[in-house]
Amino acid sequence: MAVLEEYYDIVVVGAGHAGCEAALACARLGLETIMFTVSVDSIALMPCNPNIGGSSKGHLVRELDAIGGEMGKNIDKTFIQSRMLNESKGPAVHSLRAQADKQDYSRQMRKTLENTDHLTIRQAEVSEIVTEETDPDGGRCLREGAGISEADLISGKIADGSARESGLIRRKYRIRGVKTVSGAIYHAKAVVLATGTYLKARCIFGDVSNYTGPNGLQAANHLTDSLKAHGIEMYRFKTGTPARVDRRSLDFSKMEEQPGDEYIQPFSFSTDPESVQKKQVSCWLTYTNEKTHEIIRQNLDRSPLFSGEIEGTGPRYCPSIEDKVVKFPDKERHQIFVEPEGFYTNEMYLSGMSSSLPEDVQHAMYKTVPGLEHVKIVRNAYAIEYDCINSLQLRPSLEFKTIEGLFSGGQFNGSSGYEEAAVQGFMAGVNAAMKVLGREPYVLDRSQAYIGVLIDDLVTKENHEPYRMMTSRAEYRLLLRQDNADLRLRSIGHEIGLVSDEEYEKTCEKERQIEEEIHRLERTSVGVSPQVQEFLMRHESTPLKSGITLAELVRRPELDYIMLTELDDNRPNLAKDVIEQVNINIKYEGYIRRQKQQVEQFKKLEKKRLDIDFDYRQIKGLRLEAAQKLNLYKPVSIGQASRISGVSPADISVLLVYFEKYGGSENGRSSVE
Amino acid sequence: MRTDTIAAIATGLTDSGIGIVRISGTDAFDVIRKIFVKKNGAAADVNRSHTVQYGFICENGEKIDEVLVMVMKGPHSYTGEDTVEIDCHGGVLMMRRILEVVLANGARAAEPGEFTKRAFLNGRIDLSQAEAVIDVINAKNNYALKNSMKQLSGKESDKIRGLREKILYEIAYIESALDDPEHISLDGYREQLEITLNEAIGQVKMLIDSADYGRIVSEGIRTVIVGKPNAGKSSLMNMLLGEERAIVTEIAGTTRDTLEEQVRFGDISLRIVDTAGIRDTEDIVEKIGVGRAKDAASDADLIIYVIDSSVPLDENDYEIMDLIQGRKAIILLNKSDLPAVADISPAAVSEKLAGKKIITISAKEETGFDELKETIQEMFCRGNIHFNDEVLITNLRHKEALQEALSSLEMVMDSIRNGLPEDFFSIDLTDAYERLGSIIGEAVEDDVVNEIFSRFCTGK
Repeated sequence: MAVLEEYYDIVVVGAGHAGCEAALACARLGLETIMFTVSVDSIALMPCNPNIGGSSKGHLVRELDAIGGEMGKNIDKTFIQSRMLNESKGPAVHSLRAQADKQDYSRQMRKTLENTDHLTIRQAEVSEIVTEETDPDGGRCLREGAGISEADLISGKIADGSARESGLIRRKYRIRGVKTVSGAIYHAKAVVLATGTYLKARCIFGDVSNYTGPNGLQAANHLTDSLKAHGIEMYRFKTGTPARVDRRSLDFSKMEEQPGDEYIQPFSFSTDPESVQKKQVSCWLTYTNEKTHEIIRQNLDRSPLFSGEIEGTGPRYCPSIEDKVVKFPDKERHQIFVEPEGFYTNEMYLSGMSSSLPEDVQHAMYKTVPGLEHVKIVRNAYAIEYDCINSLQLRPSLEFKTIEGLFSGGQFNGSSGYEEAAVQGFMAGVNAAMKVLGREPYVLDRSQAYIGVLIDDLVTKENHEPYRMMTSRAEYRLLLRQDNADLRLRSIGHEIGLVSDEEYEKTCEKERQIEEEIHRLERTSVGVSPQVQEFLMRHESTPLKSGITLAELVRRPELDYIMLTELDDNRPNLAKDVIEQVNINIKYEGYIRRQKQQVEQFKKLEKKRLDIDFDYRQIKGLRLEAAQKLNLYKPVSIGQASRISGVSPADISVLLVYFEKYGGSENGRSSVE
Repeated sequence: MRTDTIAAIATGLTDSGIGIVRISGTDAFDVIRKIFVKKNGAAADVNRSHTVQYGFICENGEKIDEVLVMVMKGPHSYTGEDTVEIDCHGGVLMMRRILEVVLANGARAAEPGEFTKRAFLNGRIDLSQAEAVIDVINAKNNYALKNSMKQLSGKESDKIRGLREKILYEIAYIESALDDPEHISLDGYREQLEITLNEAIGQVKMLIDSADYGRIVSEGIRTVIVGKPNAGKSSLMNMLLGEERAIVTEIAGTTRDTLEEQVRFGDISLRIVDTAGIRDTEDIVEKIGVGRAKDAASDADLIIYVIDSSVPLDENDYEIMDLIQGRKAIILLNKSDLPAVADISPAAVSEKLAGKKIITISAKEETGFDELKETIQEMFCRGNIHFNDEVLITNLRHKEALQEALSSLEMVMDSIRNGLPEDFFSIDLTDAYERLGSIIGEAVEDDVVNEIFSRFCTGK
C-alpha cells in the first residue's frame, strides 16, 4: 500500500505554547520544520486561565523573550489588562501579568506561524515515533556483565523496570521521524514532542467522563503506546479548570473592581512601551462563603476526586474548590477572581473555583457567591487527566537519554502552565535544531535563569505532580530578576541565532550605560552643604557629618536614585530601564554580591561533567544508595549529582576524587560562561 | 582558583605538648594577619614563604597563647593552597580556643577529610592514592555523622527542631505571599515576624552559650560500668547512688536491663548506665542485655571497668580490655575484702592496660569510693576528659553553625529595621534554616514548597 512520505529536518508534535515556540525557533534557524496539531483551530489555545505571566511565570516570559521566544511579543499584541504584581516588595519578585484576549492570542500566534518561512503546519494525529536501535551490543555487554541473559529479559524474569532502575539495560535508539494515524511517514533528523494534555486525555465532572482533550478537542490516543514500547516511563497527571460564565448574568455591584496598572509595562524587550498604553478592561473580586462550602461538603461523595474515579495526581498549588474546602476547613471564605476571556466574548473565567463536581452541584455552589446569584454557566468546570513522562528520563538539553534526537517540552514533561510550557518548548526546539546543525546544545543553569531552574528541577528531582514555577525554587533570585532578563540572556539568544544583531547591540549599549552611571555615582561626592542637609532632613534621612558619595546615598533605605536628582548636577539623561538597573544594582549591592559569590561556588561543580553512560557501581567507596541513585538518574555534571536526593556531600567528594583520577572533563560546555 | 578557607586541628586531640592548627585556602594569610602579632607588635609576614615566626595569637587585644606560625605559599604546601600552621601549646582546650579564633576571622571548619581532598585535587597526592583518599573521606565522614547527633542532648535537638519548624513556617508564609500576592497579604507581617525572631534569636543564643559544654554539661558524663557477670557492677552503682536500684544477687547475669541513673558530685554529673555482664552467652535475654551494654560502652564518655579481683581473668576480661583500649576508662579492682587472685594486682593489671587509672575498692565495705570520686573529678575538672576524639570539634562545628544561624537571623532583623522588602527576609531565614539543619543532619530538599502547600491555601 502506498503511503505518504515526506522529509523534514525537524518534526514538532503539538501546537500549544510549547509546540509553537519549538516550531518557530527551528524554522527561524532555517531548518525545514513541520508542526502537527489535532486541530489547526487550536493553535496556541489557552484552555484554562485567560492570562499570561504572574509571580515567577512573568519572569519566565521575560526570559523567553530575551533569548528569542515569541510569547512576550504575542501577549503584548493581545492583552486586555496588565498589572505588575508585588510592586510593594523587592525588585526580584516584581512580576508582570497580563489578561489575554484568548481568541486574539491564538489568532496572532497562528498568523506569526503561518508567515514564518520553512514552517509547515499539518493537521493530523501523530501515533508513533519512528526510530532505529543503536548500539545494541553495548546494551548486551552491560547485561552480560550483570549476569542477566537476553532470555531472562524476554521471559520477563527480570522486570524491565527494575533492570532499568539498576541501570543494567538501556536500549538506545535514534529518532528517524514520526508516523500519523493514517500511516503517513514524516522523516526527520530530530523530533520535538509537545503534546500537552492531549495524550489519552479524559475530561471528568461528576460521573461524566469523556475521552477528549481540553474543550472537547480530540485526544491523542496512540502515541503513549509507541513511547512505552521504547521503554519510556509514563505518569498520569491531572489538572482542572473552573466554569466559564455569561457576563450578562453577573452582578458586578457586589464585587470589587480590579483595574489594570496606570502605566503599562510590556513583556517584550522589543516592544515600544508607548505602543501598549491602551484602554484596559477590569477583573472583579468576590468570595465564597459558608453556604458555598456547605453545598460542597454535602456533595463530596459525588466528587470524582474523592470517590477515586480520578487516578491522576493533581497539582497542590492549583487545588479545586472542593480540595480547598476539605483541606482548609477553618477558612471562612475563598477569593474568586472573575476575569474576562476577551473583547470578543461575554464569557468570564471564575478563577479560584475549579471543580470536578457534578453539573447540578456546580450550579448550586456558584449561585451562593455574591454577584453570581443568577449566574448562567456557558462551559462547566471539569478535571482533565492525561499521560506525561517521568521527566528524569531527559537530559538537561531536554533530549531523551535513550532516544537520540527526540526532545520534549511542556505539560508532556510533567509541568503545568502556559509559560512553563513555552520556555521548555523553546529550549527543546533550539536544542533539536542544534542537534541537526551539529552544534552543541544550550543548557541554562540555575544561576542564569528561571528557565534553568525549571528544567534542572524537572530533570533532576522526583516530580509527582504537575510542576509549577515558584519564586522560592530559585536560589539566586536576586540575580534572576524580570527587569534584567535582557542583560542575562540576550547574548545567549544572539549566539543561538534568534536575537538580531540590532537587538543585541541595544542590550550591549544599555549595559554600558548602566556600568558607566554606577561608576559615576560611586565617584561623585557631595559635601556637607546646607542644600544637602536640607534635602536629607526633608526625606527624614540622617544629616551628613562629612562628605559622602551619591552611591552611598542611593543605598540609604529612605532614598533612591530618582530622589537624588536635585543633588546631582551632572546627571546624564538616561532611559527609564537604565535608571532602574542603576538604582537596583547600587541599592542592593551587598545582597547581590553575596549571591554572586554563591553562584561562583555553584558553578565549580556544574563545570565538572559526568559521562551519562557511566556505571557508578564501579566506584569503590561510594555508598550503595548513592550508586543506585546515580545510575538511575545519570546526571550530566557533579553539580547535578549533588542535587539528587539521597546523594550526600561525602558522596560528592568521592565522585570528585574518583573522576580526578580517572578523568572527567572540566570543560563540558554549558552554554555561555 | 579561589577557594574558601578551611581550618582544623591537625594534630591528634590529645594533651600532647604541642598542637597544630592548620588553615588552608585563599584567605589563609588574611586570617593569620588578623589574629597573630609578633613579639615586636608587627603582624605576620606573609610574603616570606616557608618561614617560622614567633609571636602570639590574640583576640580583642588579649594574648591567648604563645605560638610559632609557619607560612607556606601555595602550591608549595600540603594542600597546594596558601597554608598557615599554628604551633600552639598542646592542651585540647587551647587548640580549640585558637581554632575558634581562626573561625571567627574568616575561615570555616574543615569537612571531614577536606585537607586530604584538597591536597589530592591540587595534585599534591599521588593519583595512585585515590582510593585511599576516598576511604579517608568516607571514614572521617561516617565518624563525624555518628558523633554529630551523639553530642546533642535530646533537649537540644528538640529545641533545634522546634526552631526550624518556626523558621520554616515564616519562610513559607513569605514565599506563599510572593507567589500568590492576591490571596495572601503581608500587611502587618513585619511586626509579627519581629516577635518570632526575637524569640528565635534568644533561643539560638542560649544554644550557643551551652554549645561549649554540649551534652556533657547538660546531661552529664555518659558513664558505662562494664565487667564480667557478678564482678560487682550493680553494687558499685548502688554505692554511687546510695540506694538499692539494680537487683544485686550472687547469680551471674541477673542485671538484665541497662538502667540509667544520674549521680552528682560537686559540679560534675554522671549519667550511669548499668550494664549486663559482658560475656559470651547462649541465653537470649542475656544476649540482648550484653549487646546493649556493648553499644552503650561504644557511646560512653567514660567507662568504669569493674574487675572481681577474687577470680582469675578470663577471655571475657580480655574482650573487655579490647573494648576499652584507647578509651577514657577507670579500672576498679573490686572485692578487696576477699583474697585477691595472684594475677590481679594493680601492677599486673596496669601492665595490660597501660595508662589507665587503677583503683582498689570494696563495694561491699564501701571502701575506695572517695578515691574514685576524686579521680573522676580530677579527670573532668582538668579538662582531661576528651570524651571521644573529635567531640570537641563536633561541638565547635555545632557552635559555628549556630553562630551562622544567629547572624542570619540578625540580618533579617536588620532588614526589617531598614525597611527592606519582605522577599529579602526569606533569603536570610532560609540560610538560618539550613544552618540549623546541618546540626541535626537534615537537608532542605523541598521543605519550603511542601510547607507552602500544606499551610497556605493558594492558587487559582
